[in-house]
Amino acid sequence: MTRAIPAWLQATPLALVLGVFLLIPILTVIVVSFWDYDQTRLIPGFVLDNYIDALTEGVTWKTYLSTVRFAVITWAITLTMGFTVAYFLAFHVTSTLWQMVFFQLCTIPFLTSNIIRMISWIPFLGRNGLINQALQGLGLTDHPLDFLLFSDFAVILAFVHLYTLFMVVPIFNTMMRIDRSLLEAARDAGAGFWSVVRHVVIPLSLPGVAIGSIFVITLVMGDFITVRLMSGGQSASVGVMMMNAMSLLQYPAAAAHAVVLLAVVLLMVAAILRVVDIRKEL
Amino acid sequence: MRNRGLAHTLLASFFALFVLFLYGPTITIAILSFQGPEGGLTFPMRGVSLRWFANLFETQAVGDFGGSFTRSIALACIVTGLTVAIALLAGLAFRRRFAGATALFYLTVASLIMPSILISLGIGLMFNIADLAPTWYTSALGAHLTWTLPFGVLIMLAVFNRFDRSLEEAARDLGATPWQVFRHVVLPLITPSLIGVALFGFTLSYDEFARSIMSAGSDNTLPLEIYGMTTNVTSPVLYALGTLTTVFSFMVILGGLGAVVLLRRGRIG
Repeated sequence: MTRAIPAWLQATPLALVLGVFLLIPILTVIVVSFWDYDQTRLIPGFVLDNYIDALTEGVTWKTYLSTVRFAVITWAITLTMGFTVAYFLAFHVTSTLWQMVFFQLCTIPFLTSNIIRMISWIPFLGRNGLINQALQGLGLTDHPLDFLLFSDFAVILAFVHLYTLFMVVPIFNTMMRIDRSLLEAARDAGAGFWSVVRHVVIPLSLPGVAIGSIFVITLVMGDFITVRLMSGGQSASVGVMMMNAMSLLQYPAAAAHAVVLLAVVLLMVAAILRVVDIRKEL
Repeated sequence: MRNRGLAHTLLASFFALFVLFLYGPTITIAILSFQGPEGGLTFPMRGVSLRWFANLFETQAVGDFGGSFTRSIALACIVTGLTVAIALLAGLAFRRRFAGATALFYLTVASLIMPSILISLGIGLMFNIADLAPTWYTSALGAHLTWTLPFGVLIMLAVFNRFDRSLEEAARDLGATPWQVFRHVVLPLITPSLIGVALFGFTLSYDEFARSIMSAGSDNTLPLEIYGMTTNVTSPVLYALGTLTTVFSFMVILGGLGAVVLLRRGRIG
């Protein structure tokens, strides 16, 4: 008779792919961050110059601050919007069919191109875009506002547009597991709408909030394309800084930035995991 | 009760606005892609034409649209096949104990939250040092798998967590071999989820930008080509391309969702 395939053998392809294309590349980045370089080539060695250059330049610190600011603002907005949408889907849509339809409606854009979704803001935000046309039409301003496109505002708008979904899905999943009788009990005990949300729904949704937060923060911290496209090259982010180094073939410098970025992101994730226990969700 | 009614109305309106926010811009560029020959990137529409779609297929106008589109679809198909196979095997493996299971699980989660640009740089450097030329079907393939596999594996974990083991036991009691149990009991039950994994694999790879940038080599994938266009194309041809690839994505998504619905209905009916 055929015997069952051992579990370790079934797990081998996954381990191989992640080993070769995740683990080794990360180790490569760490090793190369200590290498030297000149205009044309990488010079293997062990120098700390890349880190010293990265950490002593004022630009680096300003760039990190600006990236963290993007992350925090995006996090706050996506959390508020994502929580509200998830709450509506979980507790106010009573038909399971509609719940599924609405949920899919929220996830479908995630499966389409991010770059196209960014470009699609041009007709709204541009100098002659819909928003400026409307503002001028209403007489609220006599000249077009230039800060709409190619600004921090546009960057954050695009982040919210792209990443709110990453909050909706995990928060919705956690909310669906909340025992409905708890809400009824709270209401029977005289709790109003806000009271139920604050004392029952929010505490029980925290694992979903944590997972969503990890997604949004890591995506924004490592981003380069959104900042580059939506700010027209005017805003800084760690990713943009890395891409600039790479386009000048300064790979060890980019690698040093990558290692620092990884450390910062891991610290942020660790901080979230300290506050919220997500093990039940996994 | 009145209070709840008000809350319900407000929440429903918020949701409607959210959906409008999600889809409004995409619909807008779809309309503007039919802009007349004299029209620009913003309203008003100066007539209606198919000129910008026609423009796409003149090679001179916009880089290598045909080639990058073909490459992206080929890559997405390979990624889809590998993601489904590897995630299914890993899902089956995680149902039992094996040495390193915890480490492999954390590695999978790490793959999900690792900044894309770091993976892109790492794979680019790895190929550089090994003196290999990065190509879309080697380095970019690997880079895409680090993004699609965690989704696939986590979906399979969720599926098997809710899987009723008594069905397999019943089959085994009736004398089915492990392969027969898998082929005739497990596989039919998880097919809808596998379609979900395939859908994620295909669309995430097809649209992936950041992980391709250092790993795709000299031949661009479609997202790289589109990014190149954003810096030097200032006509609605950009919207025409956006509309075409979004319509393509929608067809793939609806095809996938439709297949899942049909399978579910087939089983119940």
